[in-house]
Amino acid sequence: MAKRPELLVLDEPVASLDQMMITDLWLHIDHNSVIISDHSALKREDGDVPAESCRLPGLSHSATWNLRRSLTMADPAVTVTGLAKRFGQVLALDGIDFAVPAGTIFGLLGPNGAGKTTAVRVLTTIIAPDRGEARVLGYDVVRDADTVRLNIGLAGQSAAVDANLTGAENLRLVGRLAQMRAADIRDRTVELLERFDLRDAADRPVRTYSGGMRRRLDVAASLVHRPPVLFLDEPTTGLDLQSRGELWAMIRELVEEGTTVLLTTQYLEEADRLANRVAVIDRGKVIAEGTPADLKAEFGATVIELGFADQQERATRAVDLLSGLAGDPPERDRDTVRLNTPDGAHVLGDVLRTLEADGLSPTTIAVREPSLDEVFLALTGHHAEDTADTPPHREDA
Amino acid sequence: MTAITAPAPAVRTLQGSPITRAVRDALTVADRNLITYRRVPQLLVFSTIQPVIFVLMFRYVFGGVVSTALTVPYVDFLMPGIFVQTVVFGAIGTGIGLATDVQSGLLERFRSLPMARSAVLAGRTLADLARNVFVALLMVAVGFAVGFRVHTGALQLVAGMLLVLLFGYALAWVFATVGLLTGDPETAQAAAFPVLAPLVFASSAFIPVRTMPGWLQAFANHQPVSITANAVRALVLGGPTASYVLQCLAWCAGIVAVFGPLAVRRYRRAL
Repeated sequence: MAKRPELLVLDEPVASLDQMMITDLWLHIDHNSVIISDHSALKREDGDVPAESCRLPGLSHSATWNLRRSLTMADPAVTVTGLAKRFGQVLALDGIDFAVPAGTIFGLLGPNGAGKTTAVRVLTTIIAPDRGEARVLGYDVVRDADTVRLNIGLAGQSAAVDANLTGAENLRLVGRLAQMRAADIRDRTVELLERFDLRDAADRPVRTYSGGMRRRLDVAASLVHRPPVLFLDEPTTGLDLQSRGELWAMIRELVEEGTTVLLTTQYLEEADRLANRVAVIDRGKVIAEGTPADLKAEFGATVIELGFADQQERATRAVDLLSGLAGDPPERDRDTVRLNTPDGAHVLGDVLRTLEADGLSPTTIAVREPSLDEVFLALTGHHAEDTADTPPHREDA
Repeated sequence: MTAITAPAPAVRTLQGSPITRAVRDALTVADRNLITYRRVPQLLVFSTIQPVIFVLMFRYVFGGVVSTALTVPYVDFLMPGIFVQTVVFGAIGTGIGLATDVQSGLLERFRSLPMARSAVLAGRTLADLARNVFVALLMVAVGFAVGFRVHTGALQLVAGMLLVLLFGYALAWVFATVGLLTGDPETAQAAAFPVLAPLVFASSAFIPVRTMPGWLQAFANHQPVSITANAVRALVLGGPTASYVLQCLAWCAGIVAVFGPLAVRRYRRAL
């Protein structure tokens, strides 16, 4: 209730609370509108419900749940519990858990073969898990597969477009198969072609498109039916820098409009730039979870390298001066001073000021962000690339 | 307890009858596949140019020899065989098409969409049925152009062509299975030919079976390409039809009963 909402929905708020706690709870509620669902007899005795609130004791649990789900962003859009999937001898997912808060970008970060694509394929109902549970917007991906499918979009390495159809035909095909109305499909196709800068190519067969155009169409195709949850499987792999930047901007725009995005990536930088939260996945297991800043702070450090052009005595002086700064003590390698710090940009300013105050300025400065490989090494003791060549953990089995 | 900050996009649920949806989705996929045939005409070449070459070759090159063993003009004997042969080789296209969709990843997208699970296979086989109708009409025209005459009546010709189309539709399920299993268009095509060549050539499609050695006759007389060719021949040239037509229908039913579920199971499994 941090923001003082206009409308408050309470789903069995007093279930399993004692009378003291119930009274205490009502003392804290003084909103204009409150919707409460309740089946418990306990409620009837408390009598302290705020005067203007609307009590709906008849409202069922599931009705409130649906109402709440459609009104709120606090519920996780995706929950994964103990998910496991084996392909023959290959254990692609070994009991993973994570939750994606609605309206956020969640990154699944890991090397090739870590199980990222398998997780996306389970969540998008393409394959069924062996064990565990996955829910999208509260719907089970196995039991309520069709409802899940209506509310998700999928793009990236495992989705595709028909090369013989035009861009517009591809979007219309997806719209029809996503059970949209004809008029809606027409409007949405025009809108998406415009938005993804494909209007001029709309009536050309996709086989004449460039790689970047194809990927944009692929993402557009995943959005035709306005899915509240979008899965992007390595969306920028193989794209040039400019196309990658454009796609990042589009993803951010979608999230501002309320879409929840789960994306997989091999690049720490991508997860860092885009994701609110990241789960690092290796050999079918989640080995770390948190915000990108948390992960970098904990497992990888920005490296600042200062070069002193063959003047080792200046480098030594720099080490002495910088030893007092936060983080690990600086290291000297002949004329180069190296600092590991979780907070690169901030520390760099301090470093330069400290040196300058003493009349010392480095001839070269390099700042290097920690790589996925470094995070991996810190987490697992092995390099990220190792897993790529190690079957038993392929993911395209 | 939950604070509301902004509306999230609305959750949709599936509306309408599943049967209506299954039909509509199948037609949508069929439409998409027919666009492909229009836009990539070379896909039609194998199923049109090749049978035309066969007509010309058998009619004018081998026809003289074969006709000595026949009581009807060779072209009249040949054309029913050509019709059957056309849909048999055409069925490979079903496998190639599905294998292409597996390879491109398009089937992954289809599987993530709220469309009927039957639509991809139903749509593909329907589109290939439509293609067969076009090719069959073309071959009838070619047949008439090189002197083919129906000895019975128009109705029997239509019945014969329906039998040919039905046989082609049944075979499409065989190659749908092959296409999904291989997941690669070249492999699907390479796997199909060694199976189809003996069925087409060691049959009554082009020459009378009684000119073959005895051991081969045993095979040639009972395999489905011969049965279908004989059924069409009986319909358009006259003679007892019931036995061949019933055998042909039984073959079609048997093929679909075996390969229909196989293809569907393969489609439902991980690709």
